[in-house]
Amino acid sequence: MFAFTVKRILQAVVVMLVISFIGFAIKHNFGDPIRDLVGQRVTAAERSEIRDRLGLNDPFPIQYARFLRDALHGDLGQSYFFKKPATEVIVKKAPATLELVFCAAMIIVVLSIPLGIYSAIKPKSLLSRFIMGGSIVGVSMPVFLTAILLIYIFSVELHWLPSYGRGETVLLFGWWDSGLVTLDGIKHLIMPSIALSSIMLPLFIRLIRSEMMEVLESEYVKFAWAKGLKPRRVWLVHAFKNTLLPVITVGGVQLGIMVAFTILTETVFQWQGMGSMFIESVERSDTSLMVAYLVFVGIVFVLVNTLVDIIYGLVNPTVRVAGRQ
Amino acid sequence: MKMSTFKAAGKLSLLALTLLVAALLLVGCGGEEKKEAAEKAEPAAPSKVTLKLAMDADPVSLDPHVQLSGGMLQYAHMVFDPLVRYDKDMNFVPRLAESWERIDDLTMRFHLRKGVKFHSGNDFTAEDVAFTLDRLKKSDDFKGLFEPFVGAVVVDANTVDLVTKKPYGLVLNMATYVFPMDKKFYTGTDDKGKEKDLIIKTDYSFANENESGTGPFVVTSREQGVKTVFTRFADYWNKDTGNVEEIVLSPIKNDATRTAALMSGDVDFVMPVPPQDLDRIKSTEGLSLVTMSGSRIITFQLNQKRNPAFADAKVRLAMAYAYDNQGVVEKIMNGFATAAGQMSPKGYAGHKETLTPRYDLEKAKALMAESGYPDGFEATMIAPNNRYVNDEKISEAFVSMMSKIGIKISLKTMPKAQYWDQFDAMAADIQMIGWHSDTEDSGNFYEFLSMCRNAETGYGQYNSGNYCNAKVDELTLAAQTETDPAKRAADLQEVEQIQYDEAGYIPLHWQNLSWASKSNMNTEAIVNVMNFPYFGDLVIK
Repeated sequence: MFAFTVKRILQAVVVMLVISFIGFAIKHNFGDPIRDLVGQRVTAAERSEIRDRLGLNDPFPIQYARFLRDALHGDLGQSYFFKKPATEVIVKKAPATLELVFCAAMIIVVLSIPLGIYSAIKPKSLLSRFIMGGSIVGVSMPVFLTAILLIYIFSVELHWLPSYGRGETVLLFGWWDSGLVTLDGIKHLIMPSIALSSIMLPLFIRLIRSEMMEVLESEYVKFAWAKGLKPRRVWLVHAFKNTLLPVITVGGVQLGIMVAFTILTETVFQWQGMGSMFIESVERSDTSLMVAYLVFVGIVFVLVNTLVDIIYGLVNPTVRVAGRQ
Repeated sequence: MKMSTFKAAGKLSLLALTLLVAALLLVGCGGEEKKEAAEKAEPAAPSKVTLKLAMDADPVSLDPHVQLSGGMLQYAHMVFDPLVRYDKDMNFVPRLAESWERIDDLTMRFHLRKGVKFHSGNDFTAEDVAFTLDRLKKSDDFKGLFEPFVGAVVVDANTVDLVTKKPYGLVLNMATYVFPMDKKFYTGTDDKGKEKDLIIKTDYSFANENESGTGPFVVTSREQGVKTVFTRFADYWNKDTGNVEEIVLSPIKNDATRTAALMSGDVDFVMPVPPQDLDRIKSTEGLSLVTMSGSRIITFQLNQKRNPAFADAKVRLAMAYAYDNQGVVEKIMNGFATAAGQMSPKGYAGHKETLTPRYDLEKAKALMAESGYPDGFEATMIAPNNRYVNDEKISEAFVSMMSKIGIKISLKTMPKAQYWDQFDAMAADIQMIGWHSDTEDSGNFYEFLSMCRNAETGYGQYNSGNYCNAKVDELTLAAQTETDPAKRAADLQEVEQIQYDEAGYIPLHWQNLSWASKSNMNTEAIVNVMNFPYFGDLVIK
């Protein structure tokens, strides 16, 4: 396990270097962040002076080296728009996104498992057909459209749910700004979570269904039936557990896509998380914040993938044997 | 062993999740009941008058001198209050200056209102005006505007002279930018050991996070990009004004969401209204929509140095005749713009009624035949695709209109982050630019967009067409030092006429402005062509 961990850490460092280099190269060629900070009247010479002050006129290698040096000290640069260190801005926005992702993940887990299992066990029933039909619609509808439709139905027409923002939040542990502990906050969470889960949920239902159907055909399930076990035990313990492996793998990979959808969802709901922050930093050419976000997401990815590998090892011990080689 | 733990954990988490979902549903229903109850109880206990306001952006700082932009000026009008401001017809009306008089060619005397307090509790005096003017002259964004000024001379506590280097006709226009700041409050060092009056764009400064103005509202909480709360200033000098006690400003960037927030009742006032939603809001009961022709001109500049064809005045005229301003306004802008034949919008000194858009394809073809390019020619063009309303579609329409007179244009559009570098580099023959005059005066258009390019003086800084006419320069400069309004207007109108006759550039339209609100407030009365709604005057019935 130690060798495995060291290897993973080394891999992670290389990945982070690559991500930071690409991010920084984008930043360098992205456009002038000063334009968004000054009025139309400020002359080219004055803008160049401001760029000088911010070190933006230095050649690429010097800027990148400076970035790496600061990054090693935990400083990912200064957000021009927020006038604060970029890490501080990201950490402040992270709870919003994490809570949204958490709630969406909950919806996916809670709904996809029973629905997937059911439609695998009873593939010909009317309900299964309905679930499968619905999931096709769900997969093919863009998150953007789903979100707007939800707002239109539940906010504009029915006045049930608030249309934008996070509502009332409470500061927990001194830094975690949570919307999960207030009624208003939870009401604000419902539609964005549904929108965010709308692409992934049908995907997982279909995945669980097809994996489960395959497992149900396997020898050991037939053997379990022959032993005279109760159907519930065969389905949930013998069959379902073995469908989980591919589901976890895909789930880990899908996390990246989730981040992309978070950006869309947050934009539509004016959800003040990292996703909308990123899009706005692109629009404002707040390039430092942009790079910091890319690096931050890189770290999250590396961490999650490592975590997925470890969970995988727990669920299926043969993987660990392979890792030890 | 492991298997059973896993199983147990799985069962447990499933159970927990089910409970959570059930709880969520219950909470949702519970909330609904409460809301209804609250609505019923409302008439009994009149609560605080709160305006929930949604704009596409929020002020970037609490320091009014850190950036010159529409958003910052909107903020300054809420929190600081200027010496004078414009009314709906663009006349100057007194605010912190009760009256003013011209002492001599260089000096304008302002008599200040007595008994005005800052949010900090300090008294407002002429010293504060002098302090503010000094600070404006140090600000990257404002120093250009205040360059003509020597400074402010304190006569007594309630009298101040604004002195200019040369005779200057726009002293009052500039006085609308003087939002007095609290000298005592912004003097000294803060707890980080930094000067309190520093103007810093990208990092912490005292003024970026603290304010003390004389305006109708005090900033009581602010989370940048998320929410800003403004509370009515109890000691505001003008008691005979609006009744809003609290403004909660949320920036909502997404157009559809902003409209939905208004339609669902989550906010009371939105600006701007996306053009595609105008009809919906107009036809919704309980909402009112106010629109107005704006003062931002959108133009195409034709680079005479890059493309010799554009040096031929007949070609430029042909292009002006071939462009269908009204058609684009109706079909692409959904009628939400005002077709332009000149730069100056109505109300500006240089506006000339007779200079209307000219669309005449036959005449355009005839002019092309007469020109040195009867068979047409090729040209390159760039435009932004996220800066002005429908900028990309307008550019495409322009390309197809020009193809009718034999001009083949290859168009490239790009996001504004990349666009301005290309614009400055004059990377194409035809370039799009929109301009709002920050002096609310025609002279500003010519100084930046049509005077001959001069790197030393900075004139013609955004004149990527390289249009150059000595008479235009002469008249524009003359207007700068002219203090007689009638004579000034005559000079400026002559400039518009020259540019019209020579087709120095292709004017497209002025973008319209829009505000939408619940209909129980006097929205119409507080909005204006500068797009600074005077929220201090808002009355909610």
